[in-house]
Amino acid sequence: MSYWNQAYECMSREEMRKVQSERLIKTVKLVYENVPTYRKKMQEKGMLPGDIKSVDDLKNLPFTYKQDLRDTYPYGLFAVPMSEIVRVHASSGTTGKKTVVGYTKNDLDVWSEVIARTFTAAGAVKDSFLQISYGYGLFTGGLGAHYGGEKLGATVIPTSSGNTKLQLSIMQDFGTTHLACTPSYALYLAEEMEELGIKRSDLKLQAGIFGAEPWSESMRQEIQDRLKIKAFDIYGLSEVIGPGVACECEYQGGMHIPEDHFIPEIIDPDTGEVLPEGSEGEIVFTTITKEGLPLIRYRTRDLSSLNYDKCECGRTEVRMNKVAGRTDDMLIIRGVNVFPSQVESVLLSIGETAPHYMLVVDRKDNLDTLEIQVEITPSLFSDEVKRLEDVEKKISKEINSTLGIGAKIKLVEPKTIQRSEGKAKRVIDKRVI
Amino acid sequence: MLVKQISVFLENKSGRLADVTRTLADNNINICAMSIADTTDFGILRLIVNKPEDAERFLSEQQFTVSCTSVIAIGVEDKPGGLAKALDILQDNGISIEYMYAFVGKTGNEAFVILRVENPETAIETLLKYGIEILPSDKIYCA
Repeated sequence: MSYWNQAYECMSREEMRKVQSERLIKTVKLVYENVPTYRKKMQEKGMLPGDIKSVDDLKNLPFTYKQDLRDTYPYGLFAVPMSEIVRVHASSGTTGKKTVVGYTKNDLDVWSEVIARTFTAAGAVKDSFLQISYGYGLFTGGLGAHYGGEKLGATVIPTSSGNTKLQLSIMQDFGTTHLACTPSYALYLAEEMEELGIKRSDLKLQAGIFGAEPWSESMRQEIQDRLKIKAFDIYGLSEVIGPGVACECEYQGGMHIPEDHFIPEIIDPDTGEVLPEGSEGEIVFTTITKEGLPLIRYRTRDLSSLNYDKCECGRTEVRMNKVAGRTDDMLIIRGVNVFPSQVESVLLSIGETAPHYMLVVDRKDNLDTLEIQVEITPSLFSDEVKRLEDVEKKISKEINSTLGIGAKIKLVEPKTIQRSEGKAKRVIDKRVI
Repeated sequence: MLVKQISVFLENKSGRLADVTRTLADNNINICAMSIADTTDFGILRLIVNKPEDAERFLSEQQFTVSCTSVIAIGVEDKPGGLAKALDILQDNGISIEYMYAFVGKTGNEAFVILRVENPETAIETLLKYGIEILPSDKIYCA
């Protein structure tokens, strides 16, 4: 049994409460004094930082929403001067505007710390060879895992995403022992291996740390069987810190949350009330060590539940169960957040009126596919094939630049996309996960 | 001198073409010529009918996406080289054809060709200059 930071990972619940209370008090003071949005939210509730005396008072604090980040785009929720921010990352937003997150030097240390814990929980050590096949760039996956791996002291192989053949040859030649990527990409790698005739004995792979998209227990089995490795689930979102907000240990019975950095709560998404232990609801996070972008009760829109029972691995940290769904219409396609409204704004920018549309998400050969069906309108229609194909190409290009993922555009006849009363149904998700 | 052509957007699924022809039949509209351009996902049906305005209206009422375009109808001799002569003229004068389709008239010794070009007025002028017969719509609609 090995831990990265035994003192915190195996801390008694009582001690952990003390640590959390101290840090929460500090964080609330920090945001109240430095972030106008938080000051206003607290004043509206008639609260002062002094009202927060322990973690028990957390439930009284106002929530933070993704909209708050958009409203203050790009840096409005940062709690330190920009001179203290040493890195930013960004994820896609609903209207093309991104959600920007910022890190101080200390925040990067915290991030690396929590990722080093997750890699350790997944069995990686100083002697491991860690291949990072998450995208490097504005997306938090690549760089987050990268520095966590370096902190651990492992040999980090920064392949980033794409170029599967190269990934596999590096995996063989460099002796990769641990792989970090999306679960669907892991399966794709397994398939390509079989295709290229790469034998399992050619690889030194021991385990994979997979996340950034929802996956099922049966998918885990498939990855484990085909790659003959142990597959660990890792959870994170850029607003909270990136990957490393929670990760499984060798018992694979829920993902441990480093509670000395992030406090989770499960709430009823409709009423906002904290739900009793074990209930399923929206998971909400409060960061208690972050400086750049501290978040108070951040609404993730992810549905999950918490388990406070002590784990067989010896960790006392709470475990969150696999995300069971979303409370909003956000889709995760190939690790990228997609809101149907983004598609709508693209279509609006092309035609005079937004046509009816439907997103059809599927998984073919273990990779997510997105088809966007667009009802033809008289203004888009032409008697010439090339003009209609131009319309498809133009939509596809705009979608790619807005969402950051490719989509197949399919023009369909008017009134063929199902209409529904009330909220329009914009998505057909055929993925079995 | 221009002939009206009705274009209809069709998804590639069974029965859609029959839906169009049924709508035309129910409204007593005669199809004089037709062609379909198809891609993987959709097709564009182009029709020359005896009552284009009615066809456009009835098909629109049936929720089809329809457009009406002006095309040129020419008559060529129904023998080897008949079409080549007309197309050579267009080529020599730098007029490119977006698409075309042909059908044979009832009299039998003349073939009709429907041409879709970027600038029909210039094309007509050119064709007339070289003695190609441009057919008025009434001749096509009753063909």
